[in-house]
Amino acid sequence: MNLQELNGKLSQIKDKLIAIEQKTDKRIFLSCEAEDAYAVNKFLFEDAGCRFVIATGIDSDDCFEVLYHFAYDQLGCVITLKAFIRDRQSPAIESIAPFLPAAEWIEREIHDLFGIDFKNHPNLRRLILSDDWPQGVYPLRKEVKK
Amino acid sequence: MGWKTWSLKRSPWVFHVNAGACNNCDIEIVDLLTPKFDVERFGIKLVGSPRHADALLVTGVGTKQAAIRLREIYRQTAKPCVVFCIGACACGTGIFQGGYHVAGPVDQIIKEVDPNAIIAYVPGCPPKPEAMISGVVKALSVL
Amino acid sequence: MKQILRKPVLAVGPIHPLQEEMEFYQLTVDGEKVTDIDVRISYNHRGIEKISESLQFDQVPFLVSRVCGICSASHPLAYVQAVEELAGVKPPERALYVRTIINELERIHSHILWAGLAGHFIGYDTVFMWAWKYREPVLDLLEEIAGNRNQYGNVKVGGCREDVPDELKPKILNEMDKLEKKMNMLVNAVLDDPILHARLKGVGVLTREAGIKYAVTGPTARASGIAIDVRRDDPYAAYDDLDWNVITQPEGDVFAKVVVRLLEVLESIKIVKQGVKKLPGGPITTEVKEIPAGEAVGHAEAPRGETFHYVRSDGGNRPVRHKIRAPSYVNVPSFKASCIGANIADVTITLAAVDPCYSCTERLAVVDRHGSILQDYEALLALSRQKTERIKKEIDTPELKMEDV
Repeated sequence: MNLQELNGKLSQIKDKLIAIEQKTDKRIFLSCEAEDAYAVNKFLFEDAGCRFVIATGIDSDDCFEVLYHFAYDQLGCVITLKAFIRDRQSPAIESIAPFLPAAEWIEREIHDLFGIDFKNHPNLRRLILSDDWPQGVYPLRKEVKK
Repeated sequence: MGWKTWSLKRSPWVFHVNAGACNNCDIEIVDLLTPKFDVERFGIKLVGSPRHADALLVTGVGTKQAAIRLREIYRQTAKPCVVFCIGACACGTGIFQGGYHVAGPVDQIIKEVDPNAIIAYVPGCPPKPEAMISGVVKALSVL
Repeated sequence: MKQILRKPVLAVGPIHPLQEEMEFYQLTVDGEKVTDIDVRISYNHRGIEKISESLQFDQVPFLVSRVCGICSASHPLAYVQAVEELAGVKPPERALYVRTIINELERIHSHILWAGLAGHFIGYDTVFMWAWKYREPVLDLLEEIAGNRNQYGNVKVGGCREDVPDELKPKILNEMDKLEKKMNMLVNAVLDDPILHARLKGVGVLTREAGIKYAVTGPTARASGIAIDVRRDDPYAAYDDLDWNVITQPEGDVFAKVVVRLLEVLESIKIVKQGVKKLPGGPITTEVKEIPAGEAVGHAEAPRGETFHYVRSDGGNRPVRHKIRAPSYVNVPSFKASCIGANIADVTITLAAVDPCYSCTERLAVVDRHGSILQDYEALLALSRQKTERIKKEIDTPELKMEDV
């Protein structure tokens, strides 16, 4: 696919997206609500043939964000999908690990560090915090100081 | 000086422990075995078990998860033994100071098990192999 | 999940000095076959992303080059590229060349390091000693340029800190020529050796489909026919000015990974020689006034694969969020695809074949269905070497022919 075709592809899911921002030829930022993230991620991986790179959890003041980074290597393009989780009390989002094993570890890590629940994750246990790390303390949340 | 200490000084057998390091110090330690430095000619031997070791070469900050293992390894090491803190992280947590998952530095972790532990420091990031050899020789000559 | 990890870990087996980091692998077996595999990480988690938020933008490269000592040039480069994108900064051309030279020298020493370890795992300690001997001049060059064999501290937002002095250029070219001869010898010895063929071909296969599902990167991907390389796909530094090839192999087995890495060393030598010859004049740094609010990504091809950094700023002088993804994070979990169904004698080399940033099998235990420990790391390493010995007897050829060139 060339860039025009890629953009055409992305517009196929625009009903699920809040915005599409093309910063440069090689950097595209999409945003959506948490409920739509599963469908968009599936589309990016299966339909658009993008490679999953990693996911980033962010504690923004009024919500949590999970950013899914994908690469479309033929064009050297990085596509980042920002999913907004509005419920700060019990943040949760659908896991994409069932169709994308590459996301298993990072979802466990975000769960450890932010306390976000990944629904239907095949194996949501502790990944990177120590065995004796206290439950309920999420080190990358803003309220936890260095 | 007892015969145990004498034999330790003549040909120290060392056991390497990575307590949460970035691998730089570790690969420089392994480098000691290779032809350019070849520490075996000094009688310094890397062994596969702490029970056979006279000295521990510890790298890394001592993460919370690794600290548990490190204490256990120290307990299992035959005494007398010298703990070498190799690298800035082991000497004083270096650039990772204050990190939420850092339990170190290494000397604090070891002293929880044995307040009278013999600890030597080889700073650097990473210390050059020559510095490590020099540190080991210097510490042993003081024993 | 069996809590077997809680048994006195030392009863399981010693930390082998060549297994640099602590990780705990647990294999479940049925006879000689692996039926499941899991790993406990965390021993190395230092909370770097949080520490980054308390440092200023220009202090962060020193932190992230210590994420992994063997990819220590790639992490700060990926980070700095993200910040430069955010700030709209373009480093001068000479800086791009210096970055390229240092990163390729790192790739060379890293791949040769790995070749030595791989030799050790299958019982070819001669390869280990020779490989690490060849590596030394490369480390010496890096020390002459940057002041340190293994941590360069050379990248900053806007350019580089240390230049490649013009007087050093003939020496770099000379060392690369010498290394090229030695690498050609090693490559030929390895590619032709029937014992290595028998030991490594068809072992630890990661299929292309599995590679895509696990999103692997670097030589692990390229050895499974997935032709991706950040240096070509999203060129950075000076890579699109220079003439070099992306190396791929279709088989996906351990042998393919060996071939890819060894041939990549030869490509890196080419890149370094061209980089040095074409090194443009001019400054190595450009002024950066401030980092505006915004977000950006940066990636670089580390020896193990794509290193990816995401940076968000609110206009202040520290990153608000800094996400770091090392290549091993996606490569290591692919063991689920390459080890399950495999023979336990092949596990140590299969795990090592992705060149994990921790030298894997540190803590490696084989458990039966009831969770009792059957074999420890030493036992597994012994199995691997015994298999090589068996093959040597069957094939009845002399050991790998290495010559001093």
